[in-house]
Amino acid sequence: MTDRKADPAVDRRDVAWWSDKAVSVLVFLGGISAILFIIGIFVFITREGFGFGEHFKAGEIFGSTRWAPTSDSNPTYGILALVAGTASVTGLAMLIAVPFSLGAAIYIAEFAKGRTREVLKVLVEMLAAIPSVVWGFIGLTIMNPLIIQTFDVPIGLCVLNSGLILGLMAAPIMTTIAEDALKAVPDSYREAAEALGATRWQVTRRVVLPAARQGLLAAVLLGVGRGFGETMAVLMASGHSINLPTSPFDSVRALTATIAAELGETAVGSPHYQALFMLGILLFAVTFLINLAADLIVRGIRKG
Amino acid sequence: MADQSPAAVEFADFSLWYGTFQAIYGVDLAVKEGKITSMIGPSGCGKSTLLRSVNRINERLGYVRTEGHVRVLGHDVYAAENSLVQVRKQVGMVFQRPNVLPLSIRDNILFGHRLHDGGKDAEDALLESALRQVLLWDDVKDRLNRRAQGLSLEQQQKLCIARLLPVKPRILLMDEPCSALDPKGTEAVEELIWELRGAYTILLVTHNMAQARRASEECVFMLMGKLIEHTATDQMFVSPRCPETADYIEGRYG
Ligand SMILES: Nc1ncnc2c1ncn2[C@@H]1O[C@H](COP(=O)(O)OP(=O)(O)OP(=O)(O)O)[C@@H](O)[C@H]1O
Ligand SMILES: [Mg+2]
Repeated sequence: MTDRKADPAVDRRDVAWWSDKAVSVLVFLGGISAILFIIGIFVFITREGFGFGEHFKAGEIFGSTRWAPTSDSNPTYGILALVAGTASVTGLAMLIAVPFSLGAAIYIAEFAKGRTREVLKVLVEMLAAIPSVVWGFIGLTIMNPLIIQTFDVPIGLCVLNSGLILGLMAAPIMTTIAEDALKAVPDSYREAAEALGATRWQVTRRVVLPAARQGLLAAVLLGVGRGFGETMAVLMASGHSINLPTSPFDSVRALTATIAAELGETAVGSPHYQALFMLGILLFAVTFLINLAADLIVRGIRKG
Repeated sequence: MADQSPAAVEFADFSLWYGTFQAIYGVDLAVKEGKITSMIGPSGCGKSTLLRSVNRINERLGYVRTEGHVRVLGHDVYAAENSLVQVRKQVGMVFQRPNVLPLSIRDNILFGHRLHDGGKDAEDALLESALRQVLLWDDVKDRLNRRAQGLSLEQQQKLCIARLLPVKPRILLMDEPCSALDPKGTEAVEELIWELRGAYTILLVTHNMAQARRASEECVFMLMGKLIEHTATDQMFVSPRCPETADYIEGRYG
């Protein structure tokens, strides 16, 4: 601060000046707190989980399908079956969600007009807002008997059931993001192609889809991340039994569902507790990487 | 008119509405085959609209209604039985801003050809001849597989003209093709358009009176959605028939 005397005529520290300062400080705090929270969560999970180091046997954890942390005689922490459970459910979900959501996005962005388009967009957004426990409920009470009847299997809580449910859950978000990606393609491309005699579908296939492919990939990745991290619906619809699935009708257990179901019953600081946090670290890392990849891809679009 | 060369594009009592707003009022116009016809008139008088009616690209908007007829080489463009794809194959369009597709130079040029199921064998020859016709071949022959968006605006606009040629259109519509270019680019593209006359019927919208005078053989003057005058360019600029035309040419409108 210099010691010059403030000239009241040009001293602009009035109400507007102070409120501007106050708001910038508040906004800064808001912005920084999001980052602090993420770092805080990461530190917390890591600290709770890293105590597991002394029980950590990589060969057992990544090589065994036996997840038996509560066994008195021989506690084992093999996560292979859980990883397989999550992967099979997410994989099936994507198999269902990707064609559906890309199809829906293409229809809404390129073919539907006026009111149809607006109604569809609202409907898709409403679907995205359905809580996951409701989806789980549908899996439990509607899909389960349906699968038992249709395929004549003893139990309908399985990879097929939870994959379908998860696919339907992920599809609306993927549709919305994919539609945004298609919208971002400049209209002058469509006009140019149409003037050259391209039909609607030719315009879509030869110009719009290639131009939007990064955004579409980002949409798919975010859907994968969503599927990966989903807990409640999978817990309810997958059967929650530890299994290396060999058919869509096998019950499985997912990583997320394991944490949700078991964490409440463990003693804080016990090896079981720490093992669950280790699963948390794994989930955190994978979803972080998926989101990062999606983000980098989207950034790539903006630049080029 | 004494001139007996047949009309390539013919408007007959053609009107057009954007929603409830009438943009074109009963235009009758016969565009002579093989000539360059420029369209001049103040901003908003409907030059672009009339041009965009020839290949019906206006109708992408969804709220456009028309009355009357537009005939391209004798076929009524608005008749249900005539295929729009065929019309657009015969009528190429160049836009105000170069709108190359986000593809390679090669794929841009061959885009139309591939749409219309052209053979694979002919591709290389078509590519070279199209690029040679727009005087771009020497500039780009070593980077045909690079993205077209890396080219300069002038080169992009030439590319936009070149990509029309492989499907052998008869008519080229150009909506202020030089307005996004610098003076050097403008000169180059104008020269190119002049070179293409005879081989194609060219309808050229321009804001620039000097350009109309330099680069066209016939001239159409429009005002508020109506066609006011259509004569040889030399005559239009020396002794216009209508007082409105004279006013515009002498710069009394915007
Ligand atoms: N998409 C549209 N929706 C509604 N009205 C439009 C649309 N496009 C043009 N118009 C109107 O139609 C009239 C003619 O427009 P047009 O673009 O054909 O004029 P122009 O002669 O090409 O003008 P400019 O020299 O500025 O390009 C204008 O009054 C314009 O406001
Ligand atoms: Mg215009």
